[in-house]
Amino acid sequence: MTGKKQNDMETKKLTRVDYIFRPDNTCLDTLKKSLRRDRDEIILELIDSGLKGRGGAGFLTGLKWKLAKEAAGDVKYVICNADEGEPGTFKDREILDRVPRRVFTGMALCGYVIGSKEGFLYLRAEYKFLAPKLMSIMAEMNQEFKKLGLDFTLNIRYGSGAYVCGEETALIDSMEGRRGEPRNKPPFPVTEGYLNKPTVVNNVETFVNCTIIMGIGAEEYKRFGTDSSRGFKLFSVSGDCSKEGIYELELGMLLSDFVEEFGDGDTKAVQVGGASGFCVPRKKFNQTIIGFEGIPTGGSMKIFNSSRSMYHVLHNYLEFFEEESCGQCTPCRVGCQQLLKGIEAVKSKQRSSSYLDELVKLAKVMKVASKCGLGQSVGNAFVSIVDNFREEIIY
Amino acid sequence: MANTEMLVKELADKYGRNRESLLPILQELIDERRYVNDETMINVARELDLSAAEVYGTASFYSFIETEEVGKYVIRLCKTIVCDMKGKENVLQAIENTLKIKVGQTTADKKFTLKTTNCLGWCHKGPAMLINDEVYTELTPGKAIDIIESYINK
Repeated sequence: MTGKKQNDMETKKLTRVDYIFRPDNTCLDTLKKSLRRDRDEIILELIDSGLKGRGGAGFLTGLKWKLAKEAAGDVKYVICNADEGEPGTFKDREILDRVPRRVFTGMALCGYVIGSKEGFLYLRAEYKFLAPKLMSIMAEMNQEFKKLGLDFTLNIRYGSGAYVCGEETALIDSMEGRRGEPRNKPPFPVTEGYLNKPTVVNNVETFVNCTIIMGIGAEEYKRFGTDSSRGFKLFSVSGDCSKEGIYELELGMLLSDFVEEFGDGDTKAVQVGGASGFCVPRKKFNQTIIGFEGIPTGGSMKIFNSSRSMYHVLHNYLEFFEEESCGQCTPCRVGCQQLLKGIEAVKSKQRSSSYLDELVKLAKVMKVASKCGLGQSVGNAFVSIVDNFREEIIY
Repeated sequence: MANTEMLVKELADKYGRNRESLLPILQELIDERRYVNDETMINVARELDLSAAEVYGTASFYSFIETEEVGKYVIRLCKTIVCDMKGKENVLQAIENTLKIKVGQTTADKKFTLKTTNCLGWCHKGPAMLINDEVYTELTPGKAIDIIESYINK
């Protein structure tokens, strides 16, 4: 399955796989089997699988579980981050709708491994329509855990319309009944999380992958992907696209292959990783790997064709960030406002085009000076769009 | 409203009086009353032994916790890029013309409030909107008007 080498980087051909959406009725067998295994052995297998968090940040999942297991404390928590708010991402909704048992099994596994008795699904308010079904499956699973002798209970909590709560410490603040304002790290949630107890926060798809790895084994899992990006991933594909939707693909493909498969033949740019990700122009498609060695993504792939104004795209993103910034740190709060005002001023000729260079500097300052991932990543879209489509921003 | 006081008490009994009960209580108040006014927030503060400012500070942080009066049905039309590319503006105009209100306003009969919101997670089926918790996707101006009319007649 290994494709051509590009700059000595291993790449993979675009390959569809089918693990995540398989019927989830065998998940309990996987759990039963895993509960007979040693906790450290499970951690080692997860680390060996190379699984990295599927929310976008890409921390090694096995290591996260190991840190939480080793953290001192009798009370620990497992949280599933279902606050899927990154523009262009909709795969977690589909997972929760179609294979929730695979998610809950992953959470129970984590509970067993780290020694937690309580897990929470933090579901964004926008997905509340899923709640009745999820709660009934949760109740059923809680019964099954009891039967298996596993002291672990699943609960549900809701967001209330705040993108920043997808950031794990903001999510924890929100669960504690506060404004969703990210905390300084360290301490990390694995040592001081919910109610200051050791807490694992993983994305929906990450828990699903843990269940899959326990089912098929790390060896089989490692056949997929590249050294830096093991396994497969769900991609939420939208925009000017021949077939929008959710696709499960092996990691490590070239963006050019992706565009060939999903583009409409007139693709000008792809925004990889949502509003907080990077904009890749056509001329760089064949040098860009989708994965941790290239551009990582939580799954959001937005395709723009030549009819789209990249000024309009950037303006839309900046409005988004300006609204969703929690406002506690100045670089992000003021930076988002100034970037938005700035491109409007350049477009309307109140400012000269060289002002864009000042704005790029500001975006870079935000990257180092902002407190959390939100402010730190505004510059990703900003700089990549301004660099590659400067004339569209000015004229 | 003694009514509100009772409801807040009930919810505190149900969810507990810890700080982490605050959001679930506010969320259920929204389900019941559509918005939380000053009086309600003061009640919650008293019940949970928090300052009213803490309650307001938390409530006002979240875009789905309304602290001003809204209609029985809150329409939230997604304005993020892909829905925008797929014609959200025309859908918005159709809704505005049907309800005779602009974004941010509530109809005179207090039945509808119209808002725009950020990514709803339906980009592949945009434009999308929520009416309270209900999702509507692949909207066209005509389809949106039909949906709104079905609520007018509710």
